[in-house]
Amino acid sequence: MEPVFFYIFAGLTLLCGGLVIANPFTRNPVTSAMFLFLTILSMSGLFVLLHAFFLAAVQVLVYAGAVMVLFVFVIMLLDLKEEERRRMKLAAVVLGAVATGVIALAMIGAMRHSRVGLGLESNVAEGSTIALGKNLFANFALPFELVSLLLLVAMIGAVLLSKKDLR
Amino acid sequence: MSFGPFLFLTVFAAAALVFGLAPLGLAWLWARCFSPRKPGPVKNAIYECGLEAQPTGWVQFGSEYYLYGIIFLIFDVETIFLLPFAAAFKGLSFGACLAMLIFILLLAEGLAWAWAKGVLVWK
Repeated sequence: MEPVFFYIFAGLTLLCGGLVIANPFTRNPVTSAMFLFLTILSMSGLFVLLHAFFLAAVQVLVYAGAVMVLFVFVIMLLDLKEEERRRMKLAAVVLGAVATGVIALAMIGAMRHSRVGLGLESNVAEGSTIALGKNLFANFALPFELVSLLLLVAMIGAVLLSKKDLR
Repeated sequence: MSFGPFLFLTVFAAAALVFGLAPLGLAWLWARCFSPRKPGPVKNAIYECGLEAQPTGWVQFGSEYYLYGIIFLIFDVETIFLLPFAAAFKGLSFGACLAMLIFILLLAEGLAWAWAKGVLVWK
């Protein structure tokens, strides 16, 4: 049963991801944002199939909730009508295709040399929240502290970049 | 046959769908049964009274909103780290608590700094 669901969710992810960047029906950026939302939702379905329930919930809460809000904010800051009128440039399409091809080659090369799915069950031991917490504080304490520094830097950067006369 | 945790997730997802769709369906049924269909220029207007809306409803947001979005996102991510800490709290060492304390203090420092800079004051 699980492979069926995997193909459903993977197909949905790819389909919605494609509709984000190239929607044949509309060029409205808000529609793209909504399809990105669906992409993220189906990716959280993939996480559920991996028994990573915490990650699935975080995917929905943070990405589909908070990050999507920021995306929609940025879209609202833009001039939407001008975006819809903009035509695709041939050079940009070619460059994008080349870049995508290079990244795909690198991914395929990396995946060919990795042993996918081997030894995963033994050390992950259910993606439960408790196991994740124990693992985080036992083995990844330094990256965890660095995350807080990163968040601090993000906050300072956001405050400084937003054009407000600071005291 | 055991479904494991997937059964709960399916039930929750179905409940979420029903919760969202049931009011819509009920409203549609109600409108279909009880309201006569007499569309007209007045009934299709945006407002039933008052002045006609002049341009499109599209307005650009001020970029100050974005700052609030970013700060919300930062504390959202902080919460993500608080939950595994709280769930695994019984099995954690003193060092882990210290690490979490530093984590929270760093972010609280950021919040205090933003507050002192007057970012949180709405103009």
